[in-house]
Amino acid sequence: MSLDTVKRALETPDERQPYVELGMKDDEYERVREILGRRPTGAELAIYSVMWSEHCSYKSSKVHLRQFGTKAPKSEALLVGMGENAGVVDIGDGWAATFKIESHNHPSYVEPHQGAATGVGGIVRDIMSMGARPIAVMDSLRFGGATQPDTRRVLPGVVEGIGGYGNCLGLPNIGGEVVFDPCYIGNPLVNALCVGLLRKDQIKLATAPGPGNKVVLFGARTGADGIGGASVLASATFEEESQAKRPAVQVGDPFMEKLLIECCLELYQADVVVGIQDLGAAGVSCATTELAAKGTGGMHVDLNLVPLRDPTLRPEEILMSESQERMMAVVAPDDIPAFMAICTKWDVPATVIGEVTDTGRLVMTWDGEVIVDIPPGTAADEGPVYERPFAEPAGQAALNADTPDRLPRPAPDRLRETLLTLLGSPNLASKEWVTSQYDRYVRGNTVLAQPADAGMLRISEVMPGAQETTRGIALATDGNGRYAKLDPYTGAQLALSEAYRNVAVTGAKPLAVTNCLNFGSPEDPEVMWQFAEAVRGLADACRTLGVPVTGGNVSFYNQTGTDAIHPTPVVGVLGVIDDVSRRVRSGFVADGLRVMLLGSTGDDLGGSEWAHVVHDHLGGLPPQADLEAERRLASVLTTAAAEGLLEGSHDLSDGGLAIALAEACLAQGVGCSVTLPGDDPFVDLFSESVARALVCVRPEAFDTLAELCARQEVPCHGLGTTGGTALKVDGLFEIPVEELREVHTKTLPSIFG
Amino acid sequence: MSAARVGIVTFPGTLDDQDAARAVRLAGAEAVPLWHADRDLRGVDAVFLPGGFSYGDYLRCGAISRFAPLMDELIPAARSGLPVLGTCNGFQILCEAHLLPGALTRNAGLHYICRDQRIRVENTGTAWTREFTPGQEIVLPIKHGEGRYVADAQTLAALERDGRVVFRYAGDNPNGSLNDIAGIANEAGNIVGLMPHPEHAVEELTGAPSVDGRGFFTSILKKLVNA
Repeated sequence: MSLDTVKRALETPDERQPYVELGMKDDEYERVREILGRRPTGAELAIYSVMWSEHCSYKSSKVHLRQFGTKAPKSEALLVGMGENAGVVDIGDGWAATFKIESHNHPSYVEPHQGAATGVGGIVRDIMSMGARPIAVMDSLRFGGATQPDTRRVLPGVVEGIGGYGNCLGLPNIGGEVVFDPCYIGNPLVNALCVGLLRKDQIKLATAPGPGNKVVLFGARTGADGIGGASVLASATFEEESQAKRPAVQVGDPFMEKLLIECCLELYQADVVVGIQDLGAAGVSCATTELAAKGTGGMHVDLNLVPLRDPTLRPEEILMSESQERMMAVVAPDDIPAFMAICTKWDVPATVIGEVTDTGRLVMTWDGEVIVDIPPGTAADEGPVYERPFAEPAGQAALNADTPDRLPRPAPDRLRETLLTLLGSPNLASKEWVTSQYDRYVRGNTVLAQPADAGMLRISEVMPGAQETTRGIALATDGNGRYAKLDPYTGAQLALSEAYRNVAVTGAKPLAVTNCLNFGSPEDPEVMWQFAEAVRGLADACRTLGVPVTGGNVSFYNQTGTDAIHPTPVVGVLGVIDDVSRRVRSGFVADGLRVMLLGSTGDDLGGSEWAHVVHDHLGGLPPQADLEAERRLASVLTTAAAEGLLEGSHDLSDGGLAIALAEACLAQGVGCSVTLPGDDPFVDLFSESVARALVCVRPEAFDTLAELCARQEVPCHGLGTTGGTALKVDGLFEIPVEELREVHTKTLPSIFG
Repeated sequence: MSAARVGIVTFPGTLDDQDAARAVRLAGAEAVPLWHADRDLRGVDAVFLPGGFSYGDYLRCGAISRFAPLMDELIPAARSGLPVLGTCNGFQILCEAHLLPGALTRNAGLHYICRDQRIRVENTGTAWTREFTPGQEIVLPIKHGEGRYVADAQTLAALERDGRVVFRYAGDNPNGSLNDIAGIANEAGNIVGLMPHPEHAVEELTGAPSVDGRGFFTSILKKLVNA
């Protein structure tokens, strides 16, 4: 194949180009021709096709995502907002945290192990590229029905991939979710979150300023991994041809990533990095165009200098390769020797492949000939933007009208059985089969980890020599596809509410949000309606709760044929606790404590676990979000924690009070005796009303907490006391904790071995 | 008197070195970083080989680290009596270096497993276990995919006969280790390797729900001070 140079493109203006195969539409291709004033070369077409893919350009979601900016609450904590590799928030004492959640859904279906592993790798590099040390990961996972055959292929592979990669990096895995629903059978969701820590004055950005500065590619060598991955895997619906794309999934090398982490941190410490960008989707194409677009504006790259694992790669393939564990830095010429010495120490290959220019053009050569000559901003920032049509799904009204009111409710003497049925159902059963494959202890700063409501890390000692602090950070992710299916606006708000509440029950103050929006095809107006509603709901809720969105990710095309997944906005919330030793442990932590229920309970069973597990029913409306109540509850919880009033806590969510009580007993094997507060024991136990939490306090703290609740207008009921070896609900039932444990723990091992 | 100095070895891919250094410091000793590529033990009084995935566990866990330049210094020093503790990947490296007999193979359940594990201390005569009582049950985290201890019948018999099985899993054997072995010592008792992680069980606030790991570090400190 002859080299398609700029010169040749000018000479052969009418040559047919495979833009359709690369996922581009006719008008998109025409726009490239307009921008360049000629046909693109093959290499240029490669760049535009990946940069303008849905995955990289957010072309269908951009018009909606803007609300996260326009509706953003005022926040003094926000240091870096959306648009960078990850958002950065001020957490006090000179420290900043950076965090982000990202999907790797389609690759994890094609090749569960490597798909999930490289999902972890990608998000960790995003965090590294902000100048931070990655300090923990979490995973929000969704699979088809637990007993469906393909789940047995996908889940073990995903879990092994996450564990195999994350464990090898030395990053504690401190939480997340595992959810089963048949709607995810052909489209599992693998959303990986990483959090990192840095000094406030050490933030790095993806920018290439300063003509004459060198462009260094470092990390793994470039191979044929994932060529076309970004545009093909992330932008096309799964049909039969997905099998043919199998080799397109990238393969991860966590050992190289671990070396890259330590190498980058030493480079930052030595202050030899002007700008930095990780190589993820769209590889060298994305890194060079984004760095150049945000810097002085020009860059010259000699593609022959890119170190290759496969020497037969063509320049177009080098540009599109998604080989993992690579980073690109902009380095002052005088700092090159020091930069290279640090890379050598960590056995990380590093190569100068170009330099920053002031021409305003991204120019790339191959064998001395110019094969790319474009204004980088046109690829990085000026991609197509679509105002896709949206319309409420035809069946939505009927779905909302089919309320759970018609479902038979259990008589009082069947409530015990109902509780055990729910507790052993795959979504509520213990996830230890999954989480025991992840290292939650490494680095020694894990204060709370799964099954606690939120993960919590001590900040002190994260970096040698840094200022001591008593602070800690807490993180939780939540999402409920069934709620969002019934009402995407409310569903997204409920995802935020729950993550916000999960952070608050540990004693931490919620500060900022990241999100991963998993939907079907944006070309389907009904899916687009779900998306638009979810974004609108989330943006509104973020404003009300005063927590800005700092970044995130959109994953479209999670559908097989015309069957889309439930709309699944997953929300991550980061919070700060001033004194980490005041953290509130999960559940009932000792005998003789008073048990209190905070918040009020209504008849909220639409989309509930009870309706799902007992009746396989999805209809009606989800619980209504009550953001003011959430805010008041969080305020009570964080104040009470800081004052040392709370011994243990647990949020109420899926499965309601019944499941919260059971899990609180299971946390430390401590039973309880409680009396239900309302008139209808079934509603008391299984309703999923929002803004509620269970706490346990020393008897002498009871009145103080009750007064605090009264001041903040948070309803509070004394339910009973902790102690004994059973969960006793006065007048209804008694279940030994050992029986709860047996039911709770046996489900996943019995399915997955 | 200057503090006892305990070397913490970092190979490429070592993960628990920060935890090990913290545990050493909390016990009152000085943690001295040792770099795999240096032929220099920096005059330390004892060495801790922490866990991780040195060299990515490629080829076989510990198989490449065993050839690091630092090991050329460490192996003879350990044979001459320098106290050495290897946990997890450190234990695997000690076996690969033939400082301890036997090998650690894939867990019987074929999964990596991270959990808080009951352990019985069988030998309190080693440099690292003097602070425990014989038969004491402690709780330490385990986190490994290749922790199934195996050795030939003769070696196993010798280990049992000479009391060199230092730790045994109590309750469920998590990985299929022969004789429930969680850790062993060399004949002189200065070299100890185990799969569980004492460095993750030294603080109330973080890590495992126990502080039973402290005994390892107070043991070595008392030995060094009394030496």
